[in-house]
Amino acid sequence: MGRRERIVQLVGLAFLLLLPPLATATGQPFYISLFTRILVFALAAVSLDLILGFGGMVSFGHAAFVGIGAYVVGILFFHQFENSTFLGLPGTVNGLVVLPLAAAVSALCALVIGAICLRTRGIGFIMITLAFAQMFFYLFVSLRRYGGDDGIALWGRSEFGGVIDINDNVTFYYLVLAILLGFLVMCRRLVRSRFGMVVRGARDNERRMRALGFPIYRYKLAAFVIAGAGAGLAGALLANATEYVGPAYMTWSRSGEIIVMVVLGGMGTLVGPVFGAAALLLLEDVLAEYTEHWQIVLGPLLLIVVLFARRGLYGLILGRPGGPLRR
Amino acid sequence: MIASAPLLRVDGLHKRFGGLTATDAVSLALAPGELHAVIGPNGAGKTTLIGQLTGEIRPDAGRIGFAGEDITRLAVDVRARRGLARSFQVTSIFAGFTALDNVALAVQAHAGHSFQFWADAGRDAALREPALAMLDRVGLGARGDVPAGNLAHGEQRQLEIAMALATGPSLLLLDEPMAGMGREESSGMVDLLAGLKGDLTILLVEHDMDAVFALADRVTVLVYGRVIATGPPAAIRADPAVRAAYLGETGGGGVGP
Repeated sequence: MGRRERIVQLVGLAFLLLLPPLATATGQPFYISLFTRILVFALAAVSLDLILGFGGMVSFGHAAFVGIGAYVVGILFFHQFENSTFLGLPGTVNGLVVLPLAAAVSALCALVIGAICLRTRGIGFIMITLAFAQMFFYLFVSLRRYGGDDGIALWGRSEFGGVIDINDNVTFYYLVLAILLGFLVMCRRLVRSRFGMVVRGARDNERRMRALGFPIYRYKLAAFVIAGAGAGLAGALLANATEYVGPAYMTWSRSGEIIVMVVLGGMGTLVGPVFGAAALLLLEDVLAEYTEHWQIVLGPLLLIVVLFARRGLYGLILGRPGGPLRR
Repeated sequence: MIASAPLLRVDGLHKRFGGLTATDAVSLALAPGELHAVIGPNGAGKTTLIGQLTGEIRPDAGRIGFAGEDITRLAVDVRARRGLARSFQVTSIFAGFTALDNVALAVQAHAGHSFQFWADAGRDAALREPALAMLDRVGLGARGDVPAGNLAHGEQRQLEIAMALATGPSLLLLDEPMAGMGREESSGMVDLLAGLKGDLTILLVEHDMDAVFALADRVTVLVYGRVIATGPPAAIRADPAVRAAYLGETGGGGVGP
């Protein structure tokens, strides 16, 4: 890591750590919720970068895993509230149960979906991941019990046995930040490990990897599952952030937004997608005040990044734009 | 050479692409330690043959035996793990990785499973040291930190060989290792291959006849997918059918120096 990159990361981290007191001091606590939302989407985007940027797998259904994670929280809340059971299990709002469970259920779904999708590549992979995400979308729309189209409104956030209270926005913000940082550290180790070298090698030259003796399918599938788990965790946090769960979380346009965050921020950089998520959601927040057609500005911005800065905003900040986006 | 059981044994291999017979009843046997060259005019089916040996192309009929086992139906990566390595006619490397990373990845392919998620592979002595030794062996010892995409063409060809060797193979399939090389680079490659001779069993597909006749223990000539001759270099050079096939194609350029 270069000196400049280290400085950028430290400044970014300091900003994120200091944001809640700054927002409170300046009487703008609204920014704490906005940045919580940014960090949640950053987590989803970083998890997508793992397979998109490092594995070359253009998954157009990543929002499905976010939605599944959110529904784990929503459905367990629902049964706790109704005092009924789900497949014989009682509902719960215990965060130490629902957050890991959301990651695990999304990982399991990613295992099944990935096992099928990874038999295709290129445009076929894009289309089949999209198709699976749409299937999940319509599945949850049709689940009347869980609100169908309307989803489930949560009455409060997950509980952590009184240790921390995330109904407090500042506490919740720091919890999300800690999870995001933990995931980033894990991913950074991952892409440099033996496993990461296989996934990156398969992105660059799959044929060569096979000829060297790597059974690459299982490694790509493992990466897909890890990404699914990260997205599921993001979904569980999103459910808590909005205190709402609905099928809208898994629309194909949501999957597209997560891709945009990755590409805008910088594919294959891990930290870049955090900048991408911030850029997209801040842009939306600022421009939506003036026009509901705020994406008119987003379009050209994305175009410029794709044409001139392969490493996205993060590459621009580091002074290493990396030329046009190829592949 | 025929005394011991062959390491690679190909029996009656057939492959058709539509109306074109790319491989027509090809049989071959490579004794352990032999350097066996396959030559033939363009379109003779040499690359198709390599593809079937590595597992990228499934033959329509015939059998491929390797180290006493039938591998005809095995996947590419399984064959590679059993000790069958190849180089590619069109350089196939990881252009974004350094030369050392390329070779380290080849070492890793044969160092157990790669479900290791935490330790930095770039600081893994079990991968880096054998990789460095292999770069040295092919003459790229000083170029380890250079991104493979920035190496000169000849160096990339050497890197190809280093990667194939780093997998610790018993059989090496070389698909035109001198392709696109200048005279000097070619002679360097001949020296490199001569140094490997004996330790490894090598199937060499090559257009450079000087190299083939300098290196090969035996030569097989393919024309239109069919073996028209197999034998020691001197016999091949004198074979009228071989001369006819080459004279027919090049209209004057004979076989051999």
